[in-house]
Amino acid sequence: MGAAIIVKGLKKTFNLRHSHSLKETLVWLVKGRKSDLSKKFDALHDVSFEIQPGETVALLGFNGSGKSTLLKLISGVILPDKGTVRTKGRVAGLIEVGAGFHPDLSGRENVFLNAAILGMTEQEINEKFDEIVAFSEIEQFIDTEVKFYSSGMFLRLAFAVAVHTQPDIFLVDEILAVGDEPFQKKCLAKIKQLSAEGRTLVVVSHDLDMISRICDRGVVLSSGTVQFEGPAKEAVAWLRDSN
Amino acid sequence: MTTSTDTYAVPGVGAGLLDVYRRRYLLKLIVRKELRVRYRGSVLGLAWSYVKPLVQYVVLFFALGIVLRVGDQIPNYALYMFSGVIVINFFSEAFSNATRSIVSNAALVKKIYLPRELFPVASVWVAAVHFLPQLVVLLAAALLSGWKPDVMQLIGAALGFVIVAVTATGLGLLAGAINVFFRDAENIVDMLMMIVTWTSPVLYDWTMIRRLAPPWVLVIYQLNPITVAVELFHWAFWYPTVDRPVELPPHLMWTGLIGLGMAALFLIIGQLVFRRLEGHFAQEV
Repeated sequence: MGAAIIVKGLKKTFNLRHSHSLKETLVWLVKGRKSDLSKKFDALHDVSFEIQPGETVALLGFNGSGKSTLLKLISGVILPDKGTVRTKGRVAGLIEVGAGFHPDLSGRENVFLNAAILGMTEQEINEKFDEIVAFSEIEQFIDTEVKFYSSGMFLRLAFAVAVHTQPDIFLVDEILAVGDEPFQKKCLAKIKQLSAEGRTLVVVSHDLDMISRICDRGVVLSSGTVQFEGPAKEAVAWLRDSN
Repeated sequence: MTTSTDTYAVPGVGAGLLDVYRRRYLLKLIVRKELRVRYRGSVLGLAWSYVKPLVQYVVLFFALGIVLRVGDQIPNYALYMFSGVIVINFFSEAFSNATRSIVSNAALVKKIYLPRELFPVASVWVAAVHFLPQLVVLLAAALLSGWKPDVMQLIGAALGFVIVAVTATGLGLLAGAINVFFRDAENIVDMLMMIVTWTSPVLYDWTMIRRLAPPWVLVIYQLNPITVAVELFHWAFWYPTVDRPVELPPHLMWTGLIGLGMAALFLIIGQLVFRRLEGHFAQEV
């Protein structure tokens, strides 16, 4: 059995100034393509690593170090300019909690829509629906439109859907900062359970204490390159020292 | 979505429209969401899709049929016009909404990977849902005029519908993808939609073009898949109600198949361009 995620020689460049108008582009073409239409910015530069099935890995680094870009590349939201990403099995990429939620739909409708977006089949959703609602503890409001939810309720429901999608690879960006303490504990327990079931987790978070508690391994990024790779506690210590 | 656990997948590279078919349950939910959101807080709800075409139709009928007397050469002008108008309505709603679909779903496109073809395809489905009540009104009007179609004519109408749906999907994929990079696309499409009513025999009949234009123009005119669909609808819903001899375009079923070929060509071009540009959607939208 090989790695669950293989990342090799990854490079990603972004255009900083966008032009969304045909006029600007035409003017630029007529003027003989002088001056760059947009500035380039290397978000990631030659990043390579492997993640084994069942591992819980944290991507660490300060703001702008390329963590979220890397997560987006693994989930397939964006494509690399150079290098390759390979994944094995079903991927649930949760770049942001509740990304697929629509405020004008009820909680129930959003559960179905979001679970389907994350790759569940109709049958799976029907089977898991009660469990999802029970986990979120908002049974009472499930038929209310989501725009009337408090932010806590919203996050609970979104997280509940995400952890019940049964992915082989689970990508999460800053979602553990959700809810009150009891709910957070419940989320952490659920995440530990997922990893015990042999699912692969890749987590991005700034909560370093929590990372050293739940993650096996850490990959530290800085200005788009891997600076350190090792056990989570050492990675956290390395990051703290580098500051 | 479920890939075999033994093989590696390349994230973000899907099978295009085939993935839309594989995830048709998600497609159904997205179509339902679009419809729910469109009519939120509205008392009449879906009934608006009856009211709007009806008003449009009454206006056209009075202005062209009664005041300008365009309908004098065309028997049963009211039915003639309506069977063409609903084809145009379906096409323009499907095409212009598909053009906007990627940009208006930016929140999703940026955060989660899913086959992005879902959005233009869902727009075409939503337009089809709105087409249905108009078809019901058309059928009622046709029945009142003593409508008795034969099987070929009904097959022709179904073919016409498919041609419009496929053309709108193809062009919607093309314009929707370009719209991510140049928002001018949606304005260009809006402009085209003003023209499209007049480049097909909706408010006048095709013999007028034959009279005015050289033969090669007529050939191009009739290659337009929307024209083909409009003529098929005339054949199915208007022709059987006419009591005096009228001249239909020749070889309607053959032009129908050519129209389908044109629609398929648009679909292939649309899908190819879409796939070419898709990789940059999340960072540009």
